[in-house]
Amino acid sequence: MLQARKNRLWKFFIILFMSAGGILLILFSLNSKLDLFYSPSEMLKADIKPGYRIKLGGMVKSGSIKRDGTKIKFIATDFVKEVPVIFDGIPPDLFKEDSGVVVLGYFLDGMFEAEEIFAKHDENYMPPELSIEAAEI
Amino acid sequence: MISAFIHKFSSPKSFVRITKTLYPFLIFIGLSMLIVGWVWGLLFAPQDAVQGNSYRIIFLHVPAVIFAELIYFFMALCALMHLVWRVKLAAYLIKSAAPIGAMITFIGLFSGSVWGIPTWGTWWQWDARITSTLILFIMYLGILTLHGSFSNLEKSDRLMSILVVIGVVNIPIIKKSVDWWSTLHQPASISVSGGSSIDPSMLYPLLISIIGLGFTLISLGILSSRSYILGREKNKKWVSEYV
Repeated sequence: MLQARKNRLWKFFIILFMSAGGILLILFSLNSKLDLFYSPSEMLKADIKPGYRIKLGGMVKSGSIKRDGTKIKFIATDFVKEVPVIFDGIPPDLFKEDSGVVVLGYFLDGMFEAEEIFAKHDENYMPPELSIEAAEI
Repeated sequence: MISAFIHKFSSPKSFVRITKTLYPFLIFIGLSMLIVGWVWGLLFAPQDAVQGNSYRIIFLHVPAVIFAELIYFFMALCALMHLVWRVKLAAYLIKSAAPIGAMITFIGLFSGSVWGIPTWGTWWQWDARITSTLILFIMYLGILTLHGSFSNLEKSDRLMSILVVIGVVNIPIIKKSVDWWSTLHQPASISVSGGSSIDPSMLYPLLISIIGLGFTLISLGILSSRSYILGREKNKKWVSEYV
């Protein structure tokens, strides 16, 4: 390989590694700030100031949804810690028990008051017949 | 050895000639597979157990974002060829691939938002997957803007290639974002190693749409690069002979 070409190849890799290195440093310093939401365990450990607006994400505990008019109460869990959530409004269609949920709101006196509620979809796609069979097994 | 190979296949003249014969076949394969994939997916594939019919956006969204990333990766390989071997054709290909990449990234973001409204209950969240894909879209636009900023086209080519190399770090970040951070976007349903959590009745039309869109985009790339090359080298003798 020509010497000049070799030098250019080196320059190429230097650009690539500098760019990768710089971006990795940024990502490592931002670390968990890049997460969209806290899990219940993380939120309880993080000692969030009252009245501080955050997002909490987890699974809707099975059998925990209680409706009263437009008010919805349920428990968000990561199977380690649980947080009761209260929400007033219309949740998305995919909001249901044993399914992922992300809520935006405030954590006050052991109760999460949600302003907005998002349903998280998992990576599984299957027709309804198969889904019923899977549930029976 | 490598250099001889690169120089033989990298002349704009032979590229224009070879792609002219290839183009009709590629566009035919691409569009027919895309039609088969979409008709199968949109009309004949079963509904999803959880999402009903709204999941069908997958047949546009997943192919689009796959090629949003692959086109950038292709541009990075071209940038390597241009920076190290000074292959002019590679720079021409970057310049003609970038608008197609920007377009398909936009389609990916837009179709994702349309799907997000009924599924998530929101069309936009600043989660790691969505944000890194938006950065990819901005990178494509930035690359085009940078190339248009200099009157010296050789300089434009070189700086554009460097910017492409800097931005390629974003591609593995997009891919791994759903594993590294908590996101609203779900993790991957299909893995390169062959696993899939999509039922075969939905997976086959999806795979056909992916391959079909791939060939269609290659054909679009051929169209746009041929016209760019002929315009860029219009003062060369071979162009006046060819046209």
